[in-house]
Amino acid sequence: MDAIILQILNGLDKGSAYALIALGLTLIFGTLGVVNFAHGALFMIGAFIAVSVQKLLSLSYVTLDETRTDFLGNPVKVETPYVVEWFGPEVGATIIDWSVPIAILFAIPIMALVGYVMERGLIKHFYKRPHADQILVTFGLAIVLQEIIKHYYGANPIQTPAPDALQGSFDFGVLIGFDPNVIIYPYWRMVYFAFAALLIGSVFAFLQFTTFGMVVRAGMADRETVGLLGINIDKRFTFTFAMAAVVAGLAGVMYAPINSPNYHMGMDFLVLSFVVVVVGGMGSLPGAVAAGFLLGILESFASMNEIKSILPGIDQIIIYLVAIIILLARPRGLLGRKGVMEE
Amino acid sequence: MSNRLTRRGVLRTGAVAGAGLAVPTIFTGSSARAYTNEPTGSSVTLGFNVPQTGPYADEGADELRAFELAVEHLNGGGDGGMMQTFSEKNLKGNGILGKEVKFVTGDTQTKSDAARASAKSMIEKDGAVMISGGSSSGVAVAVQGLCQEAGVIFMAGLTHSNDTTGKDKKANGFRHFFNAYMSAAALAPVLEKMYGADRKAYHLTADYTWGWTQQESIQAATEALGWETVNNVLTPLAQTDFSSYIAPVLNSGADVLVLNHYGGNMVNSLTNAVQFGLRDKQVNGKNFEIVVPLYSELMARGAGENIKGIPGSQNWDWKLENQMGDRYTGTNAFVQSFGEKYGFPPSQAAHTCYAQTLLYADAVERAGSFDPCAVAEALEDFEFDGLGNGPTLYRAADHQCFKDVVVVRGKENPENEFDLVEIVEVTPREQVEYAADHPMFAGGNLGACNSGA
Repeated sequence: MDAIILQILNGLDKGSAYALIALGLTLIFGTLGVVNFAHGALFMIGAFIAVSVQKLLSLSYVTLDETRTDFLGNPVKVETPYVVEWFGPEVGATIIDWSVPIAILFAIPIMALVGYVMERGLIKHFYKRPHADQILVTFGLAIVLQEIIKHYYGANPIQTPAPDALQGSFDFGVLIGFDPNVIIYPYWRMVYFAFAALLIGSVFAFLQFTTFGMVVRAGMADRETVGLLGINIDKRFTFTFAMAAVVAGLAGVMYAPINSPNYHMGMDFLVLSFVVVVVGGMGSLPGAVAAGFLLGILESFASMNEIKSILPGIDQIIIYLVAIIILLARPRGLLGRKGVMEE
Repeated sequence: MSNRLTRRGVLRTGAVAGAGLAVPTIFTGSSARAYTNEPTGSSVTLGFNVPQTGPYADEGADELRAFELAVEHLNGGGDGGMMQTFSEKNLKGNGILGKEVKFVTGDTQTKSDAARASAKSMIEKDGAVMISGGSSSGVAVAVQGLCQEAGVIFMAGLTHSNDTTGKDKKANGFRHFFNAYMSAAALAPVLEKMYGADRKAYHLTADYTWGWTQQESIQAATEALGWETVNNVLTPLAQTDFSSYIAPVLNSGADVLVLNHYGGNMVNSLTNAVQFGLRDKQVNGKNFEIVVPLYSELMARGAGENIKGIPGSQNWDWKLENQMGDRYTGTNAFVQSFGEKYGFPPSQAAHTCYAQTLLYADAVERAGSFDPCAVAEALEDFEFDGLGNGPTLYRAADHQCFKDVVVVRGKENPENEFDLVEIVEVTPREQVEYAADHPMFAGGNLGACNSGA
């Protein structure tokens, strides 16, 4: 029982990341009709914004300590971060410690700009092209973006820790009557799940309760008619693309302390997120979220030893297996609508 | 009009010419040549095949720096590095056999097929007479096989699977780096000292050749101490989040987690294990411990704070001579010239590549020829010293180097980003030696040397 609860919890944070990426993907697909293979790269850029902000806040000036020598026999260079110099040791250290949450403030405008430039500069030229062209150009873009990141940050993962106060783990088992140390769940993963829920809720509320959201939803249903009503739907769709980029970017920023960012992390998530979108139903926002959590949890269960001993290797194929079963039973996905991608 | 071109004639000529062109040049060659890519001019070309893209690109970049430095030293540039401390004095800074050393590079991408393609291109197009480098056992085994077929020497880079000089060993391939068996043999006594003989271990293992042999070796070595192996779970190489594999460890009754992971896998699995509070946990009345049998400085940097106190093993460490004495002479000379040129200390991947280049050059000098079979003979059962690892033997039976193994631990209070691991002890060579027909290395055959003639 404890193992099952633990894997459900595990699946929630993995599912949160899938859901956030898939939400943006399906939003872009639903509004612009574009299959965006560069969406994983946006997640990766978000994580590297966290890395960059951490580096930025740790920017230091160098003084030479003549009393000690380095490995070459030269005086040791002592680095003091500017924030420590400006705000004092305590406040300075706290600012550096909280660099990941602070990165959210930077990530929102940066990701919106990245999304805007990507849509206006490249993707809008491919609206009327076949999906295969869109996939090729966005996949190419993803490779370019990840190689740029690798050039500047290297290929190795870069440790981007959560604030000290949110490190460590929470004994969840004690809360529900288990022995201590049986069901343990890291604080930051709880934060991630809560953050994802809030972000998903905000996107849904925005689309559901604002006029802007209403127009976007109308555009998703029938782009031509909305255009005929004299509404500049293109402008709104650019905004939607930027919004999807921000969602993916924020998912990346907050994911950085869970697994150290590396240039390849976008690709690792991309394929799975596409499966999530297809299982959820192309163009269905609730479907993407539901499928994200469902597949995240199933993936966690599949890596349990009890299951692996019966079906070895199941952890590597579970997502695709479930995708096949769901698509055979419900060809439009869990919550897919008729007419989407069926012309 | 009788010699007019006919459709049939063109097709026939084309087919014959096409078939001729399709035969790889490494298998044709001119009859005048004594062996593959015999250097005839005033220079000789070496091929350095390292991961320039992909997950091990940083290790590849460090290997390439070491190769450039070695070539510079061989050609008489710089301060000569370990050429000054090497026990053999055949290298004079005038190239190899008086020929200037040139090099070409290839990108393995840490993919076997890409690595074979780039090695093949360096041999066929660039005339490389030796191939070296790499940061993966899968790649090393693949490229070693190609070099055997092509008739050139392969001086392996960072490869740690037992199979490279075990079931997949080849007469043209030589490994300076240590292997999984040696890691386990060196680490086990230290683990006993640190954590006692009554422990229950849970293994997470990367699902490929290196992971399997690493796990098999460390399991055998720890069970010989009296440890019990609770479970061994294979994890996909492409896995990024290991939380669902870590969670079952919590209630497995194990009090040690062994991570048979390398590179990004290890950084992520270790980070996840620490996030789940494993290091703060008490099981069976003992502190829960984590062991990473093989790790590098670059991985330690990726793992950050989480690596503190974690035991592991290394082929070499840049602090070896300063901390462990003159036995490891050559270390400081290499660190000095590498540090002067690049501004930071070399990694163990850089060290093994630099050493392999000097060892190859010296073997050619002693053999008096670039003929791979003569070079192989010069390297077999070659005893040397002064390359940073202490007295070392290149065993003829399997082309594996035998030398001391460094047992390390993540440093609690590092002074800078290059000071992340501390040396716990150095295990003498005698303790990590094994018979050439040891079961973990069985099944392979060196075969005969191939010079491509």
